[in-house]
Amino acid sequence: MEAFTTLTGIAAPMPQANVDTDKIIPARFLKSISRSGFGKHLFANARYREDGSENPDFVLNQEPYRRAEILIAFENFGCGSSREHAPWALLDFGIRCVIAPDFADIFHNNSFKNGVLPVKLPRAVCEQLMEDARLGGNARITVDLERQVVVRPSGEEIPFQVDPLRRHLLLNGLDDIGQTMQHAPAIDGFEARQKAAQPWLYGG
Amino acid sequence: MSAQKPRTLFDKIWDAHVVETLPDGTALLYIDLHLTHEVTTPQAFDGLRAAGRKLRRPDATLGVIDHNIATDSSRYTGIIDPESRLQVETLERNAAEFGMPLIPLLDERQGIVHVIGPELGRSLPGMTIVCGDSHTSTHGAMGALAFGIGTSEVEHVLATQTLLQKPAKNMQVLVEGNLAVGCSGKDITLAVIGKIGTAGGTGHVIEYCGDTIRALDMAGRMTVSNMAIEGGARAGLIAPDQTTFDYIARTPDGPKGASFERALAWWKTLPSDPGAHFDKVVKLAAHEIAPQVTWGTSPEDVLPITGVVPDPEEAADEARRAQLRRMVEYMGLTPGQRLQDLPVDVVFIGSCTNSRIEDIRIAASIARGRKVADGVRALVVPGSGLVKKQAEAEGLDRILTEAGFEWREAGCSMCLGMNPDKLKPGQRSASTSNRNFEGRQGPGGRTHLLSPAMAAAAAIAGHLADVRDYQPKEGV
Ligand code: SF4
Repeated sequence: MEAFTTLTGIAAPMPQANVDTDKIIPARFLKSISRSGFGKHLFANARYREDGSENPDFVLNQEPYRRAEILIAFENFGCGSSREHAPWALLDFGIRCVIAPDFADIFHNNSFKNGVLPVKLPRAVCEQLMEDARLGGNARITVDLERQVVVRPSGEEIPFQVDPLRRHLLLNGLDDIGQTMQHAPAIDGFEARQKAAQPWLYGG
Repeated sequence: MSAQKPRTLFDKIWDAHVVETLPDGTALLYIDLHLTHEVTTPQAFDGLRAAGRKLRRPDATLGVIDHNIATDSSRYTGIIDPESRLQVETLERNAAEFGMPLIPLLDERQGIVHVIGPELGRSLPGMTIVCGDSHTSTHGAMGALAFGIGTSEVEHVLATQTLLQKPAKNMQVLVEGNLAVGCSGKDITLAVIGKIGTAGGTGHVIEYCGDTIRALDMAGRMTVSNMAIEGGARAGLIAPDQTTFDYIARTPDGPKGASFERALAWWKTLPSDPGAHFDKVVKLAAHEIAPQVTWGTSPEDVLPITGVVPDPEEAADEARRAQLRRMVEYMGLTPGQRLQDLPVDVVFIGSCTNSRIEDIRIAASIARGRKVADGVRALVVPGSGLVKKQAEAEGLDRILTEAGFEWREAGCSMCLGMNPDKLKPGQRSASTSNRNFEGRQGPGGRTHLLSPAMAAAAAIAGHLADVRDYQPKEGV
């Protein structure tokens, strides 16, 4: 996983609540067996017209948002399915940070594990950032995970909170399986105790 | 051990599975059962292979093919779609390479992952169960802590049989009283979501309590718990009781004999203690629940079938008004229109929410002696090969096909639009599945969620209909 330290880039405004995972990546594109290549299908239903051509009204088809690295949205972003294809599609498109008032649990987890940073900020702040994002190419937003601040184009700094363990893993690009493997003796011990107490869980 | 403070069902299962607590409060949680399917696993097995890691507990892992396959007879001659075939073959190859038990596509036990787990007796009370699919919450009806995970977490469980998790908060949904005629678990779960909203359960595990829930059979309980995720909750739970134990005793793979007795003794200690603390409590009176149907593109946009399409302009704030306008437009509706007047093109009875034998029985009871309306395509897709076999033994398939329903092979089918069963743009469906998001059943498709009884009534009427007007005919 690529580490995430600080990011300065164009932010795309998506002033919608409940942006669900079927919107982010419709199920018909989930048939790939690799992690890459989902970017072209990101938001496919809104981004392309029925004949396959681009829908010019969709924000990611407009300049400069084709190069957006940050997405600003409203409540309950990423609700719906557990598909990790959602953060893969965002990442493959080039979006590494989503800012919203809150996120659905599974999407929130999945994002961290793929180097996409979900930043929770109050609705009023998201509305301000939405206005900043609408200014387009001249208004870069910075997301600094080290210092846990979002910097508006005006220079104003807005603090945010991220779980310390997740922050540590993301800052260092660490894979959590490796971390967990260090607890192997504890897992072995747990299994031995459980097998004695609940043998039916072990085919006994 | 010191006297403990009263604990909830969730607390008890959680406490029994913490391997270690990390300094920041994150728990390393042991997973008792890991269910896998073809769509969310290929990248996880790739990860294992790349790191030279093994599958830690093949005996606690079970694979099945359900999401992307056709539900017509084509599966017997080979999967036609090349991408679907590759995904299925990849699961088969990974199962062989890593020693993971896999139910073959043409096995009679094949079916939707959340139908087969309980049905086979693999999902048991007190377990922790995960699967790379959000509706894993279904297994919570067994009294198990069951939740959906992403592909990175699938990989983590394959390699370590654990997950890194923060404890959830406890929420209680209390439903009491007798359910009205024509209502079922589906109407309860939709009414709950209508009340709490799609984010109402975020960060919580919902325990469904009350005599209405206790009176439901296991199929009804699974329908309720299945949609906990639609209320934003990580998982749903229902305390195990005699109904649960009797159900498990009938399963092929559940514990037997002395092993069953030993398990039973533990299962009986699981229900929430009197006085256990819930962070949030929501109450519903069952008699106030009328047959439900969703009108919009989020499961919270639900109304009694007697309702009318809301007027977006009456919403409180501009953001909500804009959202509702979009929904009304997408769904092809007019504010004030009666829901019962909406013509349907397709009726889908299936999905992990409502494809069990009890669901098919009720659909057949309404279909018996009636005909599907002209121009309506109505599909019944059993949740598993075993459900299909049972339904055929009871003659339900004949009742349904005589009425004009299609009788299909087991799979996810039209629940998600990634296999050949899809809506065409603009088509309106009455569907027993769990999500009505834009494009969920195919691009441009318009989904109304409802119960199997309501779906059968819609198929007969040719429009959304009140099941109370379509009760089973006597003596046909
Ligand atoms: S039936 Fe639908 S919700 Fe259930 S597992 Fe299949 S795709 Fe997911």
